[in-house]
Amino acid sequence: MAVPDAGTAAADRAGAPARRVARRPGRAFSVTRLPGFGLVAVTVFVLLYAPIATLIVYSFNDAPTISVWGGFSLRWYADAWANQQVKDAALRSLLIASFAAAISTTVATMAALGTTRRGRFPGQTFIYVMINQPLMVPEIVTAVALLIFFAAIKVATGYQGLGYLILAHSAFCVPFAYLPIRARLESMDLSLETAAADLYATPWQTFRRVTLPLMAPGIAAGAMLAFVISLDDVIITEFVKSAGQDTLPTYMLGKLRRAITPEVNAISTALLGLTVLLLTAFFLLTRKRG
Amino acid sequence: MSLATESGRDRARARNGWLLSLPALVLLIVGASGPLLIVVTYSFLKPGEYSGVIWEFSGQAWFQVLFQRDIFDGTLGWADAHLTIFWRSVRLSLLTTAITFAAGLPTAWFIAMQPPDRRAMWLFLITIPFWTNLLIRTFAIMEVIRNEGILNSALMGLGLIDRPVQILYTDTAILIGMAYVYLPLMVLPLYAAIDRFDLRLMEAGYDLYASRMRVLRRIILPIIRPGIVAGSILVFVPSLGAYVTPRLLGGGKNMMIGNFIELQFGQGRNWPLGSALSMVLLAVVMIALLVYVRVAARGDVVR
Amino acid sequence: MRTILLTTAALAAMAAAARAEGVLNLYNWGDYTSPEMIAKFEAETGIKVTITDYDSNDTALAKVEAGGHGFDLVVPSANYVPIFVEKGLLAELDHARLPNIGNIAPQWVDVAWDPGRRFTVPWQWGTTGVAVNTSVYGGDINTSGIFLDPPEELVGKVNVVPEMNDIISLAIFYEGGEACTEDLTVLRRVRDTLMAAKPKWMSMDYGMVERMSNNDVAASVLWNGATMRARINNPAVAYGYPREGYPLWMDSVGLLADAQNVDNAYAFLNFIMAPENAAMISAYSRYANGIAGSEEFMPEDMRTAPEIVIPEEFVSAGHFLPTCPASATQIYTQIWTELQK
Repeated sequence: MAVPDAGTAAADRAGAPARRVARRPGRAFSVTRLPGFGLVAVTVFVLLYAPIATLIVYSFNDAPTISVWGGFSLRWYADAWANQQVKDAALRSLLIASFAAAISTTVATMAALGTTRRGRFPGQTFIYVMINQPLMVPEIVTAVALLIFFAAIKVATGYQGLGYLILAHSAFCVPFAYLPIRARLESMDLSLETAAADLYATPWQTFRRVTLPLMAPGIAAGAMLAFVISLDDVIITEFVKSAGQDTLPTYMLGKLRRAITPEVNAISTALLGLTVLLLTAFFLLTRKRG
Repeated sequence: MSLATESGRDRARARNGWLLSLPALVLLIVGASGPLLIVVTYSFLKPGEYSGVIWEFSGQAWFQVLFQRDIFDGTLGWADAHLTIFWRSVRLSLLTTAITFAAGLPTAWFIAMQPPDRRAMWLFLITIPFWTNLLIRTFAIMEVIRNEGILNSALMGLGLIDRPVQILYTDTAILIGMAYVYLPLMVLPLYAAIDRFDLRLMEAGYDLYASRMRVLRRIILPIIRPGIVAGSILVFVPSLGAYVTPRLLGGGKNMMIGNFIELQFGQGRNWPLGSALSMVLLAVVMIALLVYVRVAARGDVVR
Repeated sequence: MRTILLTTAALAAMAAAARAEGVLNLYNWGDYTSPEMIAKFEAETGIKVTITDYDSNDTALAKVEAGGHGFDLVVPSANYVPIFVEKGLLAELDHARLPNIGNIAPQWVDVAWDPGRRFTVPWQWGTTGVAVNTSVYGGDINTSGIFLDPPEELVGKVNVVPEMNDIISLAIFYEGGEACTEDLTVLRRVRDTLMAAKPKWMSMDYGMVERMSNNDVAASVLWNGATMRARINNPAVAYGYPREGYPLWMDSVGLLADAQNVDNAYAFLNFIMAPENAAMISAYSRYANGIAGSEEFMPEDMRTAPEIVIPEEFVSAGHFLPTCPASATQIYTQIWTELQK
């Protein structure tokens, strides 16, 4: 089954940076180039950042509305900083998203390992459908169902903490974490792990030293998706939250009917800046280690 | 190999599969699927006077999904409003999937072809806009496409148009918004698949004098199919139930199914109809997913 | 494992904090509670107020009805108060514990939705009318025709807020009917008028303070306080009172039957009925409040604002929307669905 050639290819990919086949000197023909792809990719990045740039620019707007320019000012940053409700909501969003991403990615990785490769088994389709179920139902429906279910538990136990929100978020993040991990696993071949097993590695060693590193990009993609999806959630949060549990999206939803103030632009820009800083730091650190 | 050991291995395989999936299943049963049984039950009850349900069996909600009695002359007809809304949702979601694929494939390819130490950075660049929340992003998009927004101002400044183009509050705006919001859901799985792609296969293609388009169609696309399918599902299904984007960018004049279901649970005060409509939506998505399982399974056989 | 334990402990602590002595959980519409007023209340009483937002009466009702929410006070609109009461979700108020109850202006005491104020005290009230950018359209704005039969200048520039009850009621008044009517001849005209008007609308959306301020929208069905906020940004905006009839509304604060901080809730209810505190609420959201004597504490621009002071000739055209029976709501939902399909 294991074609030797495919094995070496995988080894290439795992370690050496031998990516561009076009490295042969003096040859302009690059195998990896596809017509128009570069142009589309650049356009996508520009379009992706245009609204974000607007958001950042308008967070420094002096005018009391979000779209009429009235000169440069930091007043909305001052306002946001002074507004405890906004600050709490932003922190709560981050806290819930971190927990939800960690939990959902862990269980999704396990499930992906259990349900991909090495042949099918009875009930696999059932598991698959179950895992993807949160994707299939519009949020409002899950929200109403969870409202009724959790309310009963809240009344019975008296516990009204953030646990419900974390549980609900973890659940609907599972498919978002699972699908990229599964896609990664499916396109990984078994030869390296077979080789490790042939060399008397224990299953755990094989997993820890071979499978997991190979899966890492998929897991990272899954965790990132889960985090972002959790940060975005409005409706389920709105129905599940107890007193004093507004997240940034539900805080904004409450304002939607009246007016969105530039305060929200300011806090979003600040959060974005923080994220970029953290990610850059993370990069520099991991790079040094590598 | 004897038959006995083979079936033993199958059993072990099934046991491992179930055990590994168990935590995810428990989480989902408590946090998502289990409570949905409530919704199934509700679809067979009568609507309460102001909210909720009355605990009496009724098939009325299911009847209302497809048929309606005209409020003025009492004749029975198709609930064409429901069908129109369903069809609009499916159409816009398919278009969104197509747009994100057309934009996402080149982007994922571009990222996968970067030197390995830089790929993670490009991936982060794709996701950074999404670390701000959905409502904020949607408002930012509004700023770009509104009549006095950046896009129209730029086009007018360049002399390409002399009157602002109305984009905001149209289906185009919904498409732009949904494509923007769901793009990373397409790019990340595509990237995960392309990253494993053996470039020498392309080389072989070129050696055999295949054109670039042919290499793309015959070699790349079939091999990264699991990524394409995963991305499409991740985009198509949430678009189908989208709520915030159509409400804000579409200007709310034309509902999508998510907004319509929300109406039943809110101002419409018809929870059973909302529940029944959700079940119909669930069925539509199930069919799409079954097709996926089929396609994915076929991919296994080929490999 | 240790992290999990620590986290659990932290979560439990957070939950406990919300129920401890000296707190109050207010469940209110977003952007509707004056932070200055809350700060003053906290300073005077030492009670820590936690505000949680909702965006519709229906969400609030569904959550409160489900139970286990942890809220003490809720602020439903007039037509939802009877529903809350009928379902037993509000506790009857002990007026002896509310010395300021006498401050409620006489016309807001025996209100249809809560006669004698047994369950609620006033928060804010206002009107639903039309906001028009007078630099785009200079004609008569005191009519629902602004959105039901838009003049040429406004075609394609009108917004209609997606509030089923408000819009259907405005259309019913326009066609000469009464709120909650089930008269099919009127409702047929209502549907036809709405369907004919829809192609001339730009959108059905909220957030109009913004869109009227920046000229995206030239006219909109809108609440009076929101119009005032838009007018302050954009002086061309004016508020019209549809002479055919327009909805009046009032949001009132009720004490939830399962409130955990009842004493603090009474302190708060009494506090907001003091004129100077009620004025703070109004100064923030730009709506009137129903407490006698609060005018003198309000900013000058509110005492004379054309959006707040209803002109004599239009007073009689304002109607409070009753709680419609399910049979009427069902017809309205069908018309509404038809409209938004």
